[in-house]
Amino acid sequence: MAKKINERIIETAIRISGFAVIAFVFLIFLFLLKDSLSLFRIYPLKGFIAGIRWLPISEPPSFGIIPLFMGSILVTVGAIMLCVPIGVATALFIAEVAPKNLKMILKSLIEILASIPSVVLGFIGIVWLGPFLKNTFHLTTGMCGLTGVCLLAFMALPTIISISEDALISVPRMYKEAAYGLGATRWQALWRVVLPAASSGIIAAAMLGIGRVIGETMVVMMVTGNSPIIPHSILQPLRTLTATIAGEMGETVGGSDHYYALFAVGLVLFVITFMLNFVADISLRKNRK
Amino acid sequence: MRRLFLYLLIIILGGVCPTGCRRASDGEDAFLQIKGSDTIVNAGQMISEEFMKVNPYIFVAVTGGGSGVGIASLINGTCDVATSSREMKSKEIEIARKHGVEPREITVAFDGVAVIVNHNNPINQMTIDDLRRIFTGEVKNWKELGGKDMPIVTLSREVSSGTHIYFKEVVIREGKKDSTAEFSSETLLLTSSQTIVEEVVNNEAAIGYMGMGYVSDRTKTIKVGKNGQDVYPADIEHVQNKSYPLSRPLYFYTNGEPQGVLKQYIDFTLSSQGQKQFAESGFVPLEAERGQKN
Repeated sequence: MAKKINERIIETAIRISGFAVIAFVFLIFLFLLKDSLSLFRIYPLKGFIAGIRWLPISEPPSFGIIPLFMGSILVTVGAIMLCVPIGVATALFIAEVAPKNLKMILKSLIEILASIPSVVLGFIGIVWLGPFLKNTFHLTTGMCGLTGVCLLAFMALPTIISISEDALISVPRMYKEAAYGLGATRWQALWRVVLPAASSGIIAAAMLGIGRVIGETMVVMMVTGNSPIIPHSILQPLRTLTATIAGEMGETVGGSDHYYALFAVGLVLFVITFMLNFVADISLRKNRK
Repeated sequence: MRRLFLYLLIIILGGVCPTGCRRASDGEDAFLQIKGSDTIVNAGQMISEEFMKVNPYIFVAVTGGGSGVGIASLINGTCDVATSSREMKSKEIEIARKHGVEPREITVAFDGVAVIVNHNNPINQMTIDDLRRIFTGEVKNWKELGGKDMPIVTLSREVSSGTHIYFKEVVIREGKKDSTAEFSSETLLLTSSQTIVEEVVNNEAAIGYMGMGYVSDRTKTIKVGKNGQDVYPADIEHVQNKSYPLSRPLYFYTNGEPQGVLKQYIDFTLSSQGQKQFAESGFVPLEAERGQKN
């Protein structure tokens, strides 16, 4: 009897925490929505979504999100293009090629990689990577999108490696054996059979990597220069959504138009990451079937 | 970087204090939060450390973030003193009153906004108008000002910085109230004065500005003059006699007339001991003229 009651209590506790998480996400969304909608009572929605100038403290201010949005998109696309191939290749190596000892070492090193604080990376970006890229590519300044892209790719690597590795390991052994049975070489089996079979897991890994990159704040604020221009290339300085919120939130007074504008930027960011996670979740589920 | 270091310091000190300081029977435990200008953050930290040596039962925390951060924090009621390198705007005073805060302005020192370039840059002097043309993007190459053939990289602070706003009002808008000129959108908005120094050290084509307290041998400070007039270096002498055109006061703002512990702190800042710290950080201390207006 006592055992049953215990079980009941535990079961309810677990259920409550599950619902609490859903409630929290929902409340955060409502909170963002409430404060960002206040902006559009004083500032036109069209000017926010289609505006190309971000001048928050001018009189009158203009809150055009396009430069910030483009900045975020550009660094994210750049970082993903850099880290997905490297990440998937590393995952393939760990899952299929590396001997057991090496595998253990690599896995723990990747965990260490994930635990490097982003300020430390930002600091490295300012004092070393930025000047290095500036001299290598003869840029006008090292404070540009490319520096951010490299550091963000580095930060997203652990996520991408571990999730793709999981996906690769869960490919049934029979597939590989069948490929070998048909006379495939090791490379052919990996490239043509194992990788396509794990593709939805790898897409999910990429999606979660994008979520990690687009939400990253400290590194981009420190190294990308934060100029609110619409960037034409990755070699230019740019300003992201996250860096804008972090850089300007401190000086806004609760209830001012600037304060609401930053919440609206936050809402845009929330919607983007929510959709990314949603897509990742769908492809992960497809993977399990 | 500096800001983070300070946060860290505060956390460490904050962690040590509860176990370290015991309440003396006659002493009074108190906590003061000083927030705002990054220009003054180092001087403020030094003053606070001296102050805490004299008054060990008063704990003073100093954080930066920018003048705008300090002023917003004063309005939101989360700090005791807002340090600022610019005057509070009339709109901000209005908002403050709406929040029941009566800002009181105290001039604590004087500063010159120094304009710095890389040591390899041959340019040594400039007029306000040259600066305006550079920072609004009218002039894009050092060649046009008689320098090397390389594109100019302009460095500024974030919009929360008082120095950013001062520079915008005095240089970009030439002191005209009705001007709507802006920094060129290609200007890099960096998070701290120290980052500006680092970038100028690393980048031959960069030009930046910040309070005198951040001037060092690692960068070249150029002489600045009003249009068509003599140029002056940003040093104590020329800020004191106001011949350096980018001279400005530094302020502390409190909510209402400072009282009790807060008054003790403000008096210490204005005393010769406090003023000495400003001088050591590279600023110009108040002389006989001890300003307390409003």
